[in-house]
Amino acid sequence: MRQVYLDYSATTPVKKEVLEEMLPYFTEKFGNPSSLYGIGLSAKSDLNKAREKIAKLIGAEEREIYFTSSGTEADNWAVIGAARAKKAKGNHIITSAIEHHALIHTCQYLEKEGYDVTYLKVDSKGCISLEELKNSITDKTILISIMFANNEIGTIQPIKEIAEIAKSHGIWFHTDAVQALGNIPINVKELGIDMMSMSAHKIYGPKGVGALYIKKGVVIPSFMNGGAQENKRRAGTENMTGIIGFGKAAELAGANLEKHIKQVSELRNYFVKEITSKLEDVDINGDMEHRLPGNINLTFNYAEGEALLLYMDSRGISASTGSACSSASFTPSHVLSSLGIPLEKIYSSIRFTVGDFTTKEDIDYAVEEIVKIVEKLRGFSAFSKERTWCNNGNV
Amino acid sequence: MGMYNDKVMDHFMNPHNAGAMENPDAVGTYGSPVCGDMMEIQLKIENNIIVDAKFRTFGCGSAIASSSVATDMIKGKTLEEALNLTNKNFIDELGGLPGPKIHCSVLAEQAVKSAIYEYAQKNGLILDGLKGFNPDLEIDEHHEEE
Repeated sequence: MRQVYLDYSATTPVKKEVLEEMLPYFTEKFGNPSSLYGIGLSAKSDLNKAREKIAKLIGAEEREIYFTSSGTEADNWAVIGAARAKKAKGNHIITSAIEHHALIHTCQYLEKEGYDVTYLKVDSKGCISLEELKNSITDKTILISIMFANNEIGTIQPIKEIAEIAKSHGIWFHTDAVQALGNIPINVKELGIDMMSMSAHKIYGPKGVGALYIKKGVVIPSFMNGGAQENKRRAGTENMTGIIGFGKAAELAGANLEKHIKQVSELRNYFVKEITSKLEDVDINGDMEHRLPGNINLTFNYAEGEALLLYMDSRGISASTGSACSSASFTPSHVLSSLGIPLEKIYSSIRFTVGDFTTKEDIDYAVEEIVKIVEKLRGFSAFSKERTWCNNGNV
Repeated sequence: MGMYNDKVMDHFMNPHNAGAMENPDAVGTYGSPVCGDMMEIQLKIENNIIVDAKFRTFGCGSAIASSSVATDMIKGKTLEEALNLTNKNFIDELGGLPGPKIHCSVLAEQAVKSAIYEYAQKNGLILDGLKGFNPDLEIDEHHEEE
């Protein structure tokens, strides 16, 4: 059976060129970058070359890139680090309601310690209001952290404007760019970003490695205590294979960026056009204009998300839902809720993300199968255009 | 390998009794705002025996499989026998459901009971199995335990 992977926002396969670059670091190039002899010194040098490649992708300086174990660690470090560093100034953090859990749960952790967090609302397109941001700033505000682009709906925030507001108030600005990296042009200097979280496995690199860009002059305490790695700011022997892979992936992402954007946005648009012309009652969630090129989030009204996913899986199609009653917590997607989408629609919503290995044939196959699946599920659904949650009896 | 066993997957992928019937003698719907699921059971009843059953469900794999197995199991049963079936019976017939999915099988039990309740109300039947049954009651915690 054909396998069609449409979940590149969840993770990406490691590109062949990336893997090839990594392999020697498992074996002959196994040296510890902290060692003061041949293979250690060359490991150190290669480590910094990888750092340079990531710096180049985002317009930063090499020494402003700090490797971490994941985008989640980078988020934790940036937010908790800023909170600790600026404790004397204040205890107020501003973020958005649609952040990744790596950010939201970190903020909740700080709230238990007495920090105040403002979660900015978003409009129906998933965008924060700059006015609301300005109005939320107090003299206790020490950090603004707004994601670059959302993982579920792909909405890209007005990062430059947010950074300007932060700067004019002398507040640090952090952004979680895990989804944006390699999908849209990013220049941290032009945008005025103080800290930015990144991850390798979303850009065809390996899992288990991320990075935090920390602008020169921004000083936060180290997150891991131990050795002097990462300029004494992130202890722990470097994940050399991962970092080398991340470097190569960043290099490829930079070189392919234009082509990537054109290719995946065309495929995504084709997918949306085909699905919406062949199926009625499909809603597009989020904003088509300020959106990551490969992302689409659709509501297949009257068909339930988990059922859709499992039926799709049985036809070799992989996508994801941030909701459904698939998790033990039964919490529907906080992102879609924040857009004002009603519950029954959230339960029918699926995120698809196309990537570099998606073909038009993949899309054609997926559309054909998805149409059949949606029609089948709608065929025995308790809901329809005439029978909605609101008028269907006892709830 | 997956979340559900083969029997659940089979009932989910190829559900029995899916759809609607013409002129049902009883209809019961039940929904859970907790997980967004909604289930409708339609019954054909002759001499207090369920001669046919159909379902329409908006819900996850567990909800659809439970609907399928519940409609299978109540067919040919008397109303009292059908009322004695609980979600536990449906789960057993399915060979088990994952813990967080148990509550979906409760929907099936409630939808069946709601349909029979409606039929009993309409026809002035007093059924032991309906004692204390309230079709508007939300699922209580006890039902959700394995």
